[in-house]
Amino acid sequence: MAQAEIGAEQRASRIPRASAAALLRRGRSLAWIALTLALTLLGLMAVTFVVGRVVPIDPVIAVVGERASQAVYDAARIEMGLDDPVVVQFARYVMDVLRGDLGMSVTTQRPVMEDLARVFPATLEMATLGILIGVTLGVPMGVVAAARQGTLVDQVIRVLGLAGYAIPAFWIGLVGLVVFYASLGWVGGPGRIDFFLDGMVEPVTGLLLVDSLLAGDMESFGSAFSHIVLPATILGFFSLAYISRMTRSFMLEQLGQEYIVTARAKGAPERVVVWRHAFKPIRVQLVTVVGLSYAALLEGSVMIETVFSWPGIGNYLTNALLNADMNAVLGATLLIGVVFIAINKLSDLLYLIIDPRARS
Amino acid sequence: MRGQRTASVRTWLLHESPATRAQARLGQAYRVTRALARNPLAMVGLVIVVGLVVVAAAAPWLAPYSPIAGDLANRLAPPSGAHWLGTDELGRDILSRIIHGARITLLIVVLVAAISAPLGLLVGTVSGYFGGAVDRVLMGLTDVFLSMPRLILALAFVAALGPGIENAVIAIAITAWPVYARIARAETLTFRRADFIAAIRMQGASHTRIVFRHVLPLCLSSTIVRATLDMAGIILTAAGLGFLGLGAQPPLPEWGAMISRGRAFILDQWWVATMPGFAIVIVSLGFCLLGDGLRDVLDPRRGTKT
Repeated sequence: MAQAEIGAEQRASRIPRASAAALLRRGRSLAWIALTLALTLLGLMAVTFVVGRVVPIDPVIAVVGERASQAVYDAARIEMGLDDPVVVQFARYVMDVLRGDLGMSVTTQRPVMEDLARVFPATLEMATLGILIGVTLGVPMGVVAAARQGTLVDQVIRVLGLAGYAIPAFWIGLVGLVVFYASLGWVGGPGRIDFFLDGMVEPVTGLLLVDSLLAGDMESFGSAFSHIVLPATILGFFSLAYISRMTRSFMLEQLGQEYIVTARAKGAPERVVVWRHAFKPIRVQLVTVVGLSYAALLEGSVMIETVFSWPGIGNYLTNALLNADMNAVLGATLLIGVVFIAINKLSDLLYLIIDPRARS
Repeated sequence: MRGQRTASVRTWLLHESPATRAQARLGQAYRVTRALARNPLAMVGLVIVVGLVVVAAAAPWLAPYSPIAGDLANRLAPPSGAHWLGTDELGRDILSRIIHGARITLLIVVLVAAISAPLGLLVGTVSGYFGGAVDRVLMGLTDVFLSMPRLILALAFVAALGPGIENAVIAIAITAWPVYARIARAETLTFRRADFIAAIRMQGASHTRIVFRHVLPLCLSSTIVRATLDMAGIILTAAGLGFLGLGAQPPLPEWGAMISRGRAFILDQWWVATMPGFAIVIVSLGFCLLGDGLRDVLDPRRGTKT
């Protein structure tokens, strides 16, 4: 009986209803998401602000030098606003960040914001390719593992999934370079493109694969592809591990439901039971999983980029770390954090839009 | 005669109405162990984790060479009978370094768990037990930390605090506690209105006593499961920090730092960077398998790892 009710509810919700109460409820959940988003971003800025303040290096000395007299030191300290209460300093920091001012990088001698805009597309390109690989392989693998629970296929997929939790990304990257680049020569080495093709393609989107296609430069495209394929596959493997694991557990939950028994009893073929009956309802949950996984990839690319000398935000961050370039470290942390949080909230929002239960 | 005695011990352990607390606890431990022993993958995990502890404890006796002193005449030697896993760029035996590195890995994992799990447990139980404004503030804070990228946050903290094992531990612990808070709160909510809590309160117990003596212990098993599952992630993060030069400093034989040093020789002397990686994979896998098994035993409600 409960099953029939839910079925009716799902059908009914496909018809758009604009009742005032429903709109109000939806507006309220939207407002809630916006509020938590704002609070989380503020929290993120508080963390980067605190981290920036606990750096043992005195920022005043960095400006006036070690030998400055006490008077010069004090004047500079006041001018830099370090005399103000912490709250005022934090407010000023937030305003600066909102204006897009992240300070200057000591290593590149350029505004951090400019640097980030330059390196971000490289990371985006790699992570996007990675998530595409992760979704196209991970979802079917999870479904198959659940449909054949306990068989050899299931065990193999489970072990693959576990490996994703146990293998260090930077290590498998190194091993991959040795095997597929140095020994077999199947893929390009570190970097985004062969050095003699570097700078040949006019940057339009900043995504090399797209730009070279736009320019019709197939040689550059091939080179860029051979360079991105290994790091993106490794990233894809880690998201595959997570996505297939989650898909499997969602599917097992669905396959244990009574409506599946009904579908089987009326003689539906197994393929239809699995893909049309059981898979459909979990698509909503998968959106959240894919969103989380994509955000995790942007983060995970830090290690991979270091290994592959990939000129993205991860490489920028680790270089800044090693040079104690704090503005660059905090700026990159902030950007990765903002993207991470934004993707998280976006998948919450998508959930709200596509899940009929949340909608009605 | 002997069989009879073991049989009676088993009956005593599995008694439905234990006479003492000790009997109840031992019985529970016995049940968990027996259920765990039926799961082969979990046993593999247990063997690996116990192996790690044994290797770490007996490192000076197990390691054939010194982990620090090198033999420059014998640098970058491939794996052989004398050096099973080869030597590194200073002629140090890689196997000995991996064995001693087990101590660092174990130290980091134990310290992070010892800081983050109790902290998260306390925040979660207090939040769940008191509810209301306390709950909203604490959980708001938890959510802020939870929705931030953990590795990046740890990197930023280490950058600010300076490299080293202690700072790496602090940085990882700061990013690890929110998960435990969430779990403990959810658990607490299920029994905060239960009769036994009301009964204790009516006996005049203080809030502190109730939280510490009655609420916290009930959240322990889910926390232990979560902590075991998290160990792999902690090991990977610590190794990642070591790889970037932000964790343990040379000449300490930390596995991530060893991989980083071996990077320069990866094409010709592959074993320098590859061998420590196998150690990381095996140990992480061990914690994953054990955690999976423990979860199935202690918490049969949930399906696969989420």
